[in-house]
Amino acid sequence: MNDYVIPEKLRVVGTTPIRPDGHDKVTGRAKFGDDFHLPGMLHGKVLRSPHAHARIKSIDTSHASAFPGVHAVVTATDFPRITSNVIDAGEAGQIDMQDVADNCIAREKVFYDGHAVAAVAADSAHIAEEAAHLIQVNYELLEPVMDVRAAMADDAPVLHDDFLPGAFLAPTEKALPNASKLELAMGDITNGFDEADIVIEREFTTETVHQGYIETHIVTAQWGANGMVTVWTTTQGQFAIRDQLALVLEIPMSAITVIPLEIGGGFGGKDSIYIDPLAVVLSKQSGRPVKMVMNRAETLRATGPSSGTYIKARLGVKTDGTLVAAEFHGAYEAGAYSGGPVAPGVSTALTRYNIPNVKVEGYDVLVNKPKVKPYRAPGATPSNFAVETMIDELCRELKLDPVEFRLHNALKTGDQLVLGFPCPEIGGVEILKAVRNHAHYQSDIGGPNRGRGLAYGFWFGAGLPSSADLMVNSDGTVQLCSGSPDMSGTRITLAMQAAEALGIDPSDVFPSVGDTASVGYSFQTVASRTTFATGIAVYQAAQDILAQMAERAALIWQIATDDILIDCGHFLNKANTQQCFSFKELAGKLDSTGGPIAARALASPEGVGFQITAHLVDLAVDTETGKVDILRYTAFQDAGKAVHPDFVEGQIQGGTVQGIGWALNEEYFYDGAGQLKNTSLLDYRMPTILDIPDIEAVILEIPNPGHPYGVRGVGEVPIVPPAAAIANALYDAAGIRMDTLPMTPAKILDKLNSVTN
Amino acid sequence: MRNFDYKLPTSLNELTDMLSHDAHTARLLAGGTDLVVAMRGARITPEVVIDTKRVEEMNELSFNDHTMILGASVTCRTVCRNPQVVKNFPALIDCATLIGGTQIQNRATLGGNLCNAAPSADTIPALIVLKAQANICGPHGSRHVPVEEFCTGPGQTILEPNEILVSFSIPLPPENEGAFFIRFIPRNDMDIAIANAAASIVIDSSGETMIQGRVAIGAVAPTPLYVSDVEAVLSGRAITDEVIAQVADIARQAAKPITDMRGTVDQRKHLTHVLVRRAINGAVNRARGSDR
Amino acid sequence: MNRQQITATINGEHREFLCEPRQSLLEVLRDELFLTGTKEGCNDGNCGSCNVILDGTLVNSCCIFGVEANGSHLTTVEGLSKGNELHPLQQTFLEGTGMQCGFCTPGFLVAASALLDENPEPTEEEIRHWLVGNLCRCTGYDKIVKSVQDAALILRERAL
Repeated sequence: MNDYVIPEKLRVVGTTPIRPDGHDKVTGRAKFGDDFHLPGMLHGKVLRSPHAHARIKSIDTSHASAFPGVHAVVTATDFPRITSNVIDAGEAGQIDMQDVADNCIAREKVFYDGHAVAAVAADSAHIAEEAAHLIQVNYELLEPVMDVRAAMADDAPVLHDDFLPGAFLAPTEKALPNASKLELAMGDITNGFDEADIVIEREFTTETVHQGYIETHIVTAQWGANGMVTVWTTTQGQFAIRDQLALVLEIPMSAITVIPLEIGGGFGGKDSIYIDPLAVVLSKQSGRPVKMVMNRAETLRATGPSSGTYIKARLGVKTDGTLVAAEFHGAYEAGAYSGGPVAPGVSTALTRYNIPNVKVEGYDVLVNKPKVKPYRAPGATPSNFAVETMIDELCRELKLDPVEFRLHNALKTGDQLVLGFPCPEIGGVEILKAVRNHAHYQSDIGGPNRGRGLAYGFWFGAGLPSSADLMVNSDGTVQLCSGSPDMSGTRITLAMQAAEALGIDPSDVFPSVGDTASVGYSFQTVASRTTFATGIAVYQAAQDILAQMAERAALIWQIATDDILIDCGHFLNKANTQQCFSFKELAGKLDSTGGPIAARALASPEGVGFQITAHLVDLAVDTETGKVDILRYTAFQDAGKAVHPDFVEGQIQGGTVQGIGWALNEEYFYDGAGQLKNTSLLDYRMPTILDIPDIEAVILEIPNPGHPYGVRGVGEVPIVPPAAAIANALYDAAGIRMDTLPMTPAKILDKLNSVTN
Repeated sequence: MRNFDYKLPTSLNELTDMLSHDAHTARLLAGGTDLVVAMRGARITPEVVIDTKRVEEMNELSFNDHTMILGASVTCRTVCRNPQVVKNFPALIDCATLIGGTQIQNRATLGGNLCNAAPSADTIPALIVLKAQANICGPHGSRHVPVEEFCTGPGQTILEPNEILVSFSIPLPPENEGAFFIRFIPRNDMDIAIANAAASIVIDSSGETMIQGRVAIGAVAPTPLYVSDVEAVLSGRAITDEVIAQVADIARQAAKPITDMRGTVDQRKHLTHVLVRRAINGAVNRARGSDR
Repeated sequence: MNRQQITATINGEHREFLCEPRQSLLEVLRDELFLTGTKEGCNDGNCGSCNVILDGTLVNSCCIFGVEANGSHLTTVEGLSKGNELHPLQQTFLEGTGMQCGFCTPGFLVAASALLDENPEPTEEEIRHWLVGNLCRCTGYDKIVKSVQDAALILRERAL
């Protein structure tokens, strides 16, 4: 574990330079997934199952193949049955690559409405779509199961004869025909509950939601004449795409180059292949490059939403407000294939409180919905909704202030986590105090049917491997190439860290995102890791650059390298500080002292900082209609060190609004046959600009010693507490306790009516 | 999308001829905000699309002493920016300003909204309470139908395949009249109405009594509904919460909603009552001049 | 195939192109004219990513057939800047971090430019109402509103 000494004064980190990729984005020049064209390109379209659960008896593609303008048609028979299908994916445990392949194109069975069955490449997308409709598929319908509790019941339809238990962040074990299970515990909950003066037990359900990125999924693939494959795509992880393609198509990783284009939002949902292998094989068969676009309906039906859940929780507390015992049981949808976010979901349920006796139990449950994928703090929002509303209930019962209660029980640096290790440096207490001192908390709420709610949220961070290359140009400018796709401004935050480390101006650092052939391996841009982990790789590469440049200065002055002092972008002779080169000056002398300088670092850092936040919301509810209007919102978060404060603020505001959508209106509607009814953004209701007020972000900085500048991840935790904060505010406004998400007007109206009756 | 032929007539005669030629395979295009999306989703698959935007009679907006003639292809944007519409028909402004955001309003038309015949259509209840007539033209001449009789089911209208909705005739409201439209949606915009309602009320010169009134409700039946029973109940009655609630009760009883992914039966019936009350109050306020 | 020849003035330039009636204006701009700044987000009028200005009014180009644009004047995001000189909105979105992934940004810029053309002094309420048809999933909208307000100020100062 690397503990850095963080400089007191930082020169670049903490400022707000303009991002270098910004001009292209405001002028429309930036190339996103669908903005890439190749001469002779064909267009691919997918035929998808309209059935949630069925066996494929036969597929007749002959009419599609014969349609004018069609160049290739593929089904699962055009893809290999994978020989070594179970692979070790490090922190993600074991993954069955046959599942990944079958999710891309169904083999033998379809598992959800929208599951891909065949694909066509043609001269235009319109022609490909028409031709795809001519493919005849014979299905034997099977009974679908759409809900976690139904899937865990004795008579549930079974999706897979066998499956590899999910292992996203912690391994599970197969427990039921459709579910695997994990359990974590510390202390003794039986004794714990005995000690409690008050025990409450509550149940909750939450619906399936989607990340809702505005850009859908697009891939362009070219199978070269030499068998080398090039893929241009919008992705959070070009290496993940490459590796998955290699495993699924059984071709060498080095034969595939994945070039990441700009990405129009991901939030965890763009870390895997969907249409990629289809585009590759269509290209191989047609001899032409093939572009495939998933439209909005396909994206909602057939990518990776986040789990709906069933949760039951029990909390025990003493009259002085000390939490003594907690039991949390959560069943999380995995979707069609195992491996959903149950582990992080249950292990973050209580992690922000120091409770001595804890048991958490989670089920990863197969249902006939698309395989779930991470969505910004995966699994945490539903569990936070459950626990934070119960905490609110306890506060009221005990007549304790919600901030004081949380301060009394707050997890502090060094406290043991249920995952089995102590909590690293964290600013939870500071955040709660900031809430208490803030004008919002102290203000009068004003007006009838108005209420205020507080919720406290936690999420992990991650290290994982990241690569960064630095190259010094003879004019003193520096090129930075990393393997981390830039979803929201990380190009500039990495450039700023390079500039800080090298002692130069950020405008002299030119960041780019490399493809899989040009830069070292990097894990995806996920898990709030980029500014932290890729930042460390950048920092390490910068140290290497500085060391190499010091050697050159030593050479020029004929002294030992140890006698060089490096001070803020300047190289001095310790013995005679009149001898001094600026970075630029020394860069101009590299060619004559041995040649250009470059450095690469591949870091997989520990010292990860966790994320903690508190959200405070005021709302008004129309008790005749159940309509909620958010009046005021303040989010308090510890950023460790905000490299670019405007971007940190933006992450907080963006994640918060996603959480508000999750809280109030977003859900998947499936009918009795398991077909998704709301396949449009008309009825998958995300917040508009008119639905939310200004979001005030209060950024605290309790540095993470695991990063040279104190950075901890910030991107995910903002989505965690909004639902609970809003639910608590609703109780304050109208005396109703919500136990389902989303809290739609219909559900609020129901609760209001049942309270008055 | 299936391919189709696109035609652009420049007169009503030309349009009528084209339509009689292709009656069963053609659809008329105005703003396109419904049609283009439905065609892309293959819910509607015409072989011919006839663009109405150059046909003068369908694009006029004019007033005489008694009536406004509103062309079927006049956009919500044009309606909202016309000072005489703003002055005389604030209820039309209510609905035209909340159909789906700026971009949609710049293209969407009231004629298209009526012919699309969605049960939740946001302009139809207001047209009904304003006693709008649909002016229809076909190869055999014209006919005029009250808007409340135009829709026959979800997506279904009384138009024959070779007929065209050319315009609306809407009588200028009398003195002491006010009309109001309101809808309920889960967000603050960009949603299909879970329930909606319009009311037009004529009050006496004291401002305390209702002389006449019309109420229409939407998204709670296979078509927008004109609630005819309220006329008798509110005529000559004092403007009190109790009377308004009575009228709202009648409307709630007339509602025959379903449960779908947008709302439940109970919720819609409940909302009908709430929205009709609010619509009547809004109409009364306008009649009293407090909104003018 | 029944491709029609269409003529339009796009970002001040006379352009001619062929398109099938079934191609939307959005498809035509992106696939025939390679003006890829305008984006597809939903293809059914619900997200505003495809916004362009058609004969002076803000529209969703996904809900308009390319053939309908015959003889029209169009402005896309590419037409907001003059050479290398950015429109004040582009400048404020850059400086005020009114974007994160940047995908919805062209739509917002075009929509906001239409607003400021009509209403040079919009209140926050008016800005939010006007932009309700433009979805953003990254920013939470706060900085978008502020960027529009800042640009409005710049334009008003220039007009003085």
